[in-house]
Amino acid sequence: MSTLQTIASLIYLISAVCYVLGVHMMRSPKTARKGNGLSAIGMFMAVIMIIIEVVADGKITATGWIVLIAGLAVGIAYGVVKARKVPMTDVPQLVSLFNAVGGGAAAVIGIFDYLMKGDGVALSLAFSIPVFLDVIIGGITFSGSLIATGKLSGKVPGKPITFPGAKLVNIIVVLGMLVAAWFMLATPTNIWFVVLGLVMALIFGLLMTLPIGGADMPVVVSLLNAFTGLAVAFAGFVINNQVLIIAGALVGAAGTILTLQMAEAMNRSVANILAGGFGTGDSDSGSAGPDVPVDVKETSADDIGLQLAYAQNVMIVPGYGLAAAQAQHEVAELATVLTEKGINVNYAIHPVAGRMPGHMNVLLADVNVPYDQMKQLDDANPMFESTDVSLVIGANDVTNPLARESGNEISGMPILDVDKSKSVVVIKRSMSTGYAGIQNPLFSLDNTQMFFSDAKVGLQDIVAATKQYLED
Amino acid sequence: MSEELFTNLAIFVLSLLVGFEVMSKIPATLQTPMMSGANAIHGVVVVGAFVIAAEANGWVFYTLAFFGAVFAAINVAGGYTVTDRMLGMFDRKPKAKSEGDDSK
Repeated sequence: MSTLQTIASLIYLISAVCYVLGVHMMRSPKTARKGNGLSAIGMFMAVIMIIIEVVADGKITATGWIVLIAGLAVGIAYGVVKARKVPMTDVPQLVSLFNAVGGGAAAVIGIFDYLMKGDGVALSLAFSIPVFLDVIIGGITFSGSLIATGKLSGKVPGKPITFPGAKLVNIIVVLGMLVAAWFMLATPTNIWFVVLGLVMALIFGLLMTLPIGGADMPVVVSLLNAFTGLAVAFAGFVINNQVLIIAGALVGAAGTILTLQMAEAMNRSVANILAGGFGTGDSDSGSAGPDVPVDVKETSADDIGLQLAYAQNVMIVPGYGLAAAQAQHEVAELATVLTEKGINVNYAIHPVAGRMPGHMNVLLADVNVPYDQMKQLDDANPMFESTDVSLVIGANDVTNPLARESGNEISGMPILDVDKSKSVVVIKRSMSTGYAGIQNPLFSLDNTQMFFSDAKVGLQDIVAATKQYLED
Repeated sequence: MSEELFTNLAIFVLSLLVGFEVMSKIPATLQTPMMSGANAIHGVVVVGAFVIAAEANGWVFYTLAFFGAVFAAINVAGGYTVTDRMLGMFDRKPKAKSEGDDSK
């Protein structure tokens, strides 16, 4: 090993340590930002080191520099601008987009090194297996994450997309990947073999993601994130660079655990989610079932305003519908109006409220909701007994008392005990079922009133009504 | 199996185990930022983009190197920026409204 190689190996080792410690620190809200910073420092060191290595090596052509610098400039500009400008509601799809290009970059490296071997060259399995895995997994995450991005942003319908014969097509694609595997692993190089593998992987990514409902996307994005980690690790095998192997494997493993935890928070299994066809991606877009409880009481913005103005303790229960309608500003405004008059306002946040676990906290923090007003499940539930009005906005399944009983889709899921408060107001667009597709008996309780409206429009009316009564 | 491959395989397996260990129970509040943070870390693929650009010759390879660099740079630069922005929201103290002016 030359001196430079020794230094490089040490620097890469230090940067790998930064990633591990960074992830470790991100487990607590207090140190999370520093953890991300530490991981960024590790990344910066790795990039500086590879620049030094490339310069010292001297093999790179002038065109190579131009291509590299131009590509990096375009990528950095696009990535940073997107990341700075994105509204907090759209973060999930942006993370998914960043994940897609990460997988794409890993696949490109695999393809590059395969083609670099030249045509008709016999490969050792030590090279061809990682190349194959890199291209296949990278390709799957590239197309799969792009579809996930589209579903989260509404550019691709959030509904599960299935078509007749989908199973047959799936089988053909998997067979296609096996054929590609045979040619790439057992026969001399040929550009068409790697193209076949890539195309099959891209199609597989589409087929895997299209049948999955929009509301399940967060778990899928997290899973694809773990996949990208593995693709990057295999790219590390291909170019024999250990920092890629360490960081990729770290993300692959940590991402897998995170995926399981997210699925658990949503009370689903990962296998069940991947089977697809479940959930519409929108709490209100499903058609009403035949057994709609007819005995619900409807109310008006005016009446809600009156109730709120004379309440002492108000609990706001935000859900997916609030995020989808982008009504977080209106909610914050309502809370401000109430707190200024001395009314206690808190938010009861279910772990999976919003588009992703933890997303609701970010959304509310973005509109300056004080952190101490955001109550997590365990803190919120004892508070409902003394709550005068619970305002459920676009949330459904997370408030469904059926979860306490056995024998249904959501049995055992932790829920917010909204029904224990004196009065419950549910703002919802229609009587349709939530994401789990079952009726919510909360809606027909004696102390529940329904206000059928879009979250944003409805809240604007409620704010106006509340102000009126508070000023009287 | 060559010694190099074996070393890499050992590193791979041990890193997987470290990843499993370091990721104990994450509070739901932090799951989205954590996913984004992990997403930024696999932006290390940018190192690979340098490696292939250094070997590239011929338009096919330059094209691949260009896309590799664009993709990896978006991943790493965007990933860290958006994670930091998200976690910055948690830093904000209840009264510090002046910091929130960038939000729309």
